[in-house]
Amino acid sequence: MEGLVTKTDRLAPRPAVSLSSRTQPPGGGAVGGERRRVPAAKRPVLSAPRRPARLRRAAEFLLEKILFLHGMAAILLIALIFVFLFREALQALHRIPLDLWWGGTDTDWDGKAVFVQRWQPNGDVPKYSLVPLVLGSLLVAVPAVVIAGLIGLATGIYLAEIASRRVRDLIKPIIELLAGIPTIVIGFFCLVTLATLLQGIFHTRSRLNAVVGAVGVSFVIIPVIASLVDDTLRAVPGYLREASYAMGATRWETISRVVVPAGVSGVTAALILGMGRALGETMIVLLATGNASQVTFNPFESVRTMTATIAAELGSVPQGGDWYASLFLVGAVLFTITFALNLVAEIVVSRMRRKLAL
Amino acid sequence: MSSAVRRRLDRLATVLLGLVAFSILGIVLGILGDIFLKGRRTVTWEFLTQIPLDGMTRGGVFPAIFGTVCIVVLMIMMALPLGVLAAIYMVEYAGQGRIARVIRAAVNNLAGVPSIVFGLFGLGFFVLFVGRNLDRVTGRDLLFGQPAMLWAAATLAVLVLPVVIVSTAEALMAVPRSLREAAFALGATRWQVVRGVVLPQAWSGILTGAILSVSRGAGETAPILFTGCAYYLPRLPVVRLTVPLLGIQVPMVNPLDQFMELSYHIFIMATQSHNTMLTRPIQYGTTLVLVGLTFTLNLVAILARRRLSRRVVKA
Repeated sequence: MEGLVTKTDRLAPRPAVSLSSRTQPPGGGAVGGERRRVPAAKRPVLSAPRRPARLRRAAEFLLEKILFLHGMAAILLIALIFVFLFREALQALHRIPLDLWWGGTDTDWDGKAVFVQRWQPNGDVPKYSLVPLVLGSLLVAVPAVVIAGLIGLATGIYLAEIASRRVRDLIKPIIELLAGIPTIVIGFFCLVTLATLLQGIFHTRSRLNAVVGAVGVSFVIIPVIASLVDDTLRAVPGYLREASYAMGATRWETISRVVVPAGVSGVTAALILGMGRALGETMIVLLATGNASQVTFNPFESVRTMTATIAAELGSVPQGGDWYASLFLVGAVLFTITFALNLVAEIVVSRMRRKLAL
Repeated sequence: MSSAVRRRLDRLATVLLGLVAFSILGIVLGILGDIFLKGRRTVTWEFLTQIPLDGMTRGGVFPAIFGTVCIVVLMIMMALPLGVLAAIYMVEYAGQGRIARVIRAAVNNLAGVPSIVFGLFGLGFFVLFVGRNLDRVTGRDLLFGQPAMLWAAATLAVLVLPVVIVSTAEALMAVPRSLREAAFALGATRWQVVRGVVLPQAWSGILTGAILSVSRGAGETAPILFTGCAYYLPRLPVVRLTVPLLGIQVPMVNPLDQFMELSYHIFIMATQSHNTMLTRPIQYGTTLVLVGLTFTLNLVAILARRRLSRRVVKA
């Protein structure tokens, strides 16, 4: 028995051959081919085991524990991020009165006190209103998801339902290339080229505005949405399509009334994930949205997002102060929103998996 | 609706969807073409090998290239072992149980964390918590507790960890179950199966994932903003170490130094420099260098993966 185990111990590390052997006719031929490739020195020895079994079992046990610890790394890191973000954020909540996060009073030119919603932690009277930052983030993220949703959904449908294998092999790498362009490059492109282009079309007051950022951000999330929609629709079982065609429906009717409705939860999940990515995007909005924090609902105005605020201010803030802590609070808000969006998307996807019994 | 109208609608929808799908090619060509055409003239041998001169209005980007290469090497040295072992545990040991589900959810959530949050985390955890406490333990004044290449690389490693784990897990799961079962039937232990049967099959997939993470790490800016990037350094982050017995000096990258980096260089040149119009050629040139770097890495990964999937299909 011991000898047998040792033998497999030596035989096991040669699986590449056993894969290729599957293509060969069954029988002795495959084994013979395998033997020839093994150098004489490495040929299995049928003598006494190299190590006592107990030692090997102990090593196996230890290895499993080590692997387990590495497996826990992702969980540990998420927990650490949570702890270190919210530790500072709670400090901020503790030190800064709650109503200041909504808005504060300021004196206008006549010396009268007025209510303002501004993010201005460096003023004589620091203002910590989160309203302009959250609005800014939404003004970028919502148009970005609309643009990327349209393009990504159409591309996903085209890839899954219409494109031939050759066209698919052409478009897929292009999407991956787009996903691989660093966001700073897209941000730079938006800042220098796209902003001028869009101003020429829309004649906006400020060259850098939320729409420029939104178009830039949509470039980042188009690949996310397109490949998720593609995956979802390819998972829709073929018999649904066949039933539809058998009833005399055209391809477009099959897509729009059978396939997409069947995969609607996957499509929703793709849009939710895209929203999360859009809210978290930093470098593009930092370069392309103009960075003026103001309360506005006009996407053609300059805005300042939560991410851009952290990126622009954290480097120049003294550690440990109110301002520093308040930036961690902005980060905590951002983290909570994206975490919730990811969670919802995951639940939607797993529900769809169960429904389609995959 | 008459059948002619329905057929025309079908044709129209097909054409429209195809046009939108191919518009992505237009986006990619638009961005890359713009960068290439305007940056082409700047990128010369001197640009790649010189340091910035005259208040960063002339000269090259060599320190930034050097810093980028150093930091991604350091990053992948941390992320690859951790990620590969984690994926092995997830796929080969945890199976479909509750732990595997929790790990998978954690990985997915880690992948969804905004990059700027990693920047906050890197500053709060690595620099201020780990670094400052290391200083206290070793009794130093301020060696570890400040932004440095080590902490920036660690922050990036956390960011690309999900990429490594997911691509490794995919590579592992692509190995046919029958191979594992055959090895188990011969009496191999679980680790023997992993090391001898699964890993040799999965290596190329794992390496593809590693290349993709390097490309991702090289392009990220937000996580390193506060954890180690320098606006301008007059020297490379290199120290001379004396080899104990031989008595010769060997230059070595100093992971406790700050560094210049390509993507950060683009950011500051485009927004913080005092004359952004004057340095525009340098900005385009730096962007082209970064794009060239990540583009090459991605192309290698995509081609490798395609070759891989073809081989698996054949098998």
